[in-house]
Amino acid sequence: MSATDLLSILPLLIISGAAVIAMLLVAIKRNHRVMHAFTVLAFILAFLALFLQPGPLPYELRPLFVVDAFAMFNTGLILVAGLSVLFLSYSYFEQREERKEEYYILLLLATVGGIVLVVSQHFISLFLGLETMSISLYGLIAYLRARERSDEAGIKYLLLAALSSAFLLFGMALVYAESGRMDFTGIGLYLAGTATVPVSVVAGFGLMLIGIGFKLGIVPFHMWTPDIYEGSPLPVAAYIATVSKGSMLVLLMRFYRDINGYEYTILWWVIAIIAMASMFTGNWLALLQQNVKRLLAYSSIAHMGYILIAFLAGQEAGQEAVMFYLVAYVITSIGAFGVLALLSDKVRDAEELSDFKGLFWRQPWLAAIFTAMMLSLAGIPLTAGFIGKFYIVAAGVDAGLWLLLILLVVNSVIGLFYYVRVVAVMFQPLEAPQRKPLPFFGVFALSGLMVLLLWLGIYPSSLIAVIRDMMLTMG
Amino acid sequence: MILFLFILIPVLGAFAAWLSAAWNKKLPRWIALMVLVFELAMATAFWSEAVGDGSWYVTFIRPWMPRFGISFSLAMDGLSLLMLILTFFLGALSVLVSWNEIKERTGFFFFNLLFVLAGITGVFLTMDLFLFYFFWEVMLIPMYFLIGIWGHGNRLYAALKFFIFTQAGGLLMLLAILGLYFVHAQSTGVFTFNYFDLLNTPMAQETGRWLMLGFLIAFIVKLPAFPFHTWLPDAHTEAPTAGSVVLAGLLLKTGAYGILRFVLPLFPEASQYFAPYIMLLGAIGILYGGKLAYAQTDFKRLVAYTSVSHMGFVLVGAFAFNELAYQGVVMQMITHGISTGALFMIAGSLYDRLHTRELEEMGGLWPALPGMGVVTMVFVMASLGLPGLGNFIAEFLILAGSWQAQPWITVAATIGLVVATVYSLRIMQKVFFGVSVREYKLPDLSLREALMFVPLVIVIIWLGVYPQPVINTAKPATPAVAVHFTSK
Repeated sequence: MSATDLLSILPLLIISGAAVIAMLLVAIKRNHRVMHAFTVLAFILAFLALFLQPGPLPYELRPLFVVDAFAMFNTGLILVAGLSVLFLSYSYFEQREERKEEYYILLLLATVGGIVLVVSQHFISLFLGLETMSISLYGLIAYLRARERSDEAGIKYLLLAALSSAFLLFGMALVYAESGRMDFTGIGLYLAGTATVPVSVVAGFGLMLIGIGFKLGIVPFHMWTPDIYEGSPLPVAAYIATVSKGSMLVLLMRFYRDINGYEYTILWWVIAIIAMASMFTGNWLALLQQNVKRLLAYSSIAHMGYILIAFLAGQEAGQEAVMFYLVAYVITSIGAFGVLALLSDKVRDAEELSDFKGLFWRQPWLAAIFTAMMLSLAGIPLTAGFIGKFYIVAAGVDAGLWLLLILLVVNSVIGLFYYVRVVAVMFQPLEAPQRKPLPFFGVFALSGLMVLLLWLGIYPSSLIAVIRDMMLTMG
Repeated sequence: MILFLFILIPVLGAFAAWLSAAWNKKLPRWIALMVLVFELAMATAFWSEAVGDGSWYVTFIRPWMPRFGISFSLAMDGLSLLMLILTFFLGALSVLVSWNEIKERTGFFFFNLLFVLAGITGVFLTMDLFLFYFFWEVMLIPMYFLIGIWGHGNRLYAALKFFIFTQAGGLLMLLAILGLYFVHAQSTGVFTFNYFDLLNTPMAQETGRWLMLGFLIAFIVKLPAFPFHTWLPDAHTEAPTAGSVVLAGLLLKTGAYGILRFVLPLFPEASQYFAPYIMLLGAIGILYGGKLAYAQTDFKRLVAYTSVSHMGFVLVGAFAFNELAYQGVVMQMITHGISTGALFMIAGSLYDRLHTRELEEMGGLWPALPGMGVVTMVFVMASLGLPGLGNFIAEFLILAGSWQAQPWITVAATIGLVVATVYSLRIMQKVFFGVSVREYKLPDLSLREALMFVPLVIVIIWLGVYPQPVINTAKPATPAVAVHFTSK
């Protein structure tokens, strides 16, 4: 490997190195504060390293990786999301009894997996990234062992993720057996060269879709989402919702593009049905949830359905819409979970709807942030979620997906009901307001996310321009 | 630039009002009042100077999202100007109405009030369809808070219902807007949301009809027309007085405005095709709303149903396609805003004194409240369409115009005037005449209330006696299509 090669994946190397150093740090002396500061530093350095890109893009590290503007952007997104999660983590874990330091090692490792996914263009790197991330997540989900639902969530994720990995692996094996290729472009070339695709390859793609669908949490592979969200520590839930799902989505986009997936009608219909089912199931089950974590879990299923509509719209506008929506979704998810994390106390998480009663009069600023996040999820103007939804609808109208769009509208209205219900609970009158002091970094991170949310909602042109350039130069 | 200021000042005022509450609880209402009086003065000054050369007085365009051809585009013609003056006038009055009614969280209340007014101002000024949708939605959230936080008993239900109804209509409109955008791009190659560019977009007959329905549903939900009116009585009844005034006086007008500004000019063919059905809906609304109004025992609910009835006239007039009816619709928007706003204020003042809105518990109040009785009498008469008051001019023009288009529907609509007489007189009968249930000793109009009601009375009489300035202002703004089918 040349120096340029190393430089081009510098963020990945920094995070991997940081994971090793973090382990040594724990061995020397346990100190939560030092550990947290070190991890934050590693993320910031990795983010800055993105701007040290040596050569012209796209830069390929054959056979496993490709670094193009698309990969860079998403690496940045993962790092910023991870950083925000970190800011929320300190105060959340500080008040707990368990040992806190290993959490940061696992978080670094999961991020390594996420970054590998967004730069990979090969089955091997895909699987390596996926497993690195999954295995770290097993630990992260069950991290607070003393809590009642932690073990359940951890075991559940372990079993299901292992199962879905097996599906994925078998699918890849089938595709490889027939085509003899494991790099995405190679498979694309093979498909272009065969008149009728053999059944085993179609079956392979189907099995792979199961594996990917599980990670994305789309219907019918969504069963784990509410339980995992509910059982895992709040920063981890935020991480799963954003980094884990986001990196998988990015991978799917790259894979689909390289194999020219848009040409296969049957594949299109499968995804369309998944999108419809995800929207309805997610929104329907979210309607009467009393638990905000579960509500967010179901809403994330529905949002993945919305994203799939943009994905199906294909072409430029559709891909841009996916990326814009993903950014908006990452901001809102971390923001929403962040508010929950800041409100949680030593004993339990703030997760019941009743914990939010009168929040407007207790913690006006947090309530304002949470309102903004909910309204963004509902797609109300002045927030990034609105522009994202607009982008999806625009892409859909352009591609003529009228059926899917009508269903999107119906679902938006259903969604409105439960998002607004949460907002309504927050401004119910409260008898005795008691205020809890809030950690500075947490509030700082959330305020930053809210500013970003409003900025993208009012003046999205800057981000749109970046995404547009990036999609045009995608390798 | 002045157009941008019309929107910016209330927004800034909103934040100032919110922040100032931390300092002094009484400051927000003064800020809100000053902002709105200033805006009203600005708009009126503009009116006195606006000379009728060409239909557009002033425009303001800045690029916003060039990727989609979206610009921050504002423009004002006679129709917008009249609506703006109405907005600021009723806005200032709704601040006065809330002067003592709102005791808790005043800062946030006036923040929401100013914000909803800013959104309404935006709706009346924007000439970019994306921006229009943007403002259309921006109005919703603060209104939701106004009803949901400061409303009466069943406020959360009412607020949610209002929100979901209008949002559902709005999303259909968004689909239609995007449909129009791509149809335009297909035929001309230009991607734009600009209103003036989208006018006269060539499109297939069927496409035009579908798109028009998308717009129309959003507007008649807001208007509201039968059968989409069910959110309105709940929202009006549970809202605080200022909320009811803004809802009835202004939010409903955005629906009517949307029909005049967008549906008719953008889809002339489809509008003409659907016109008889829509006029029929309007006539049903007039009669059905009137009937329901008569059956109510709650003062505010009664007034709310009269809105359904009066807004039916807007539908009948707008789709009659002639000059008389068009002018009538514009007049109706203004006079209904004023007379219904006034009736809600009266309901609020009575509630202040009696702590009830039930008509059965009122009665015989005239001796105790002669001043308020007189004011109520004026607006009840306005509501039933007595000559000499503004509503008469409006309804007369609409009926005279629609007679030429659909005589039978006009007959049905005219019967609505009889119904209106019945339900309006019932208000007077139940509240001020009859036997006094209890011997009330109540204070009559306070100075603040007099300040609210006297301008309203003056305006409604002025509109009834000398409506010419309003008609002159609205006339150049009449889109050619609105009168295009006169000969038919």
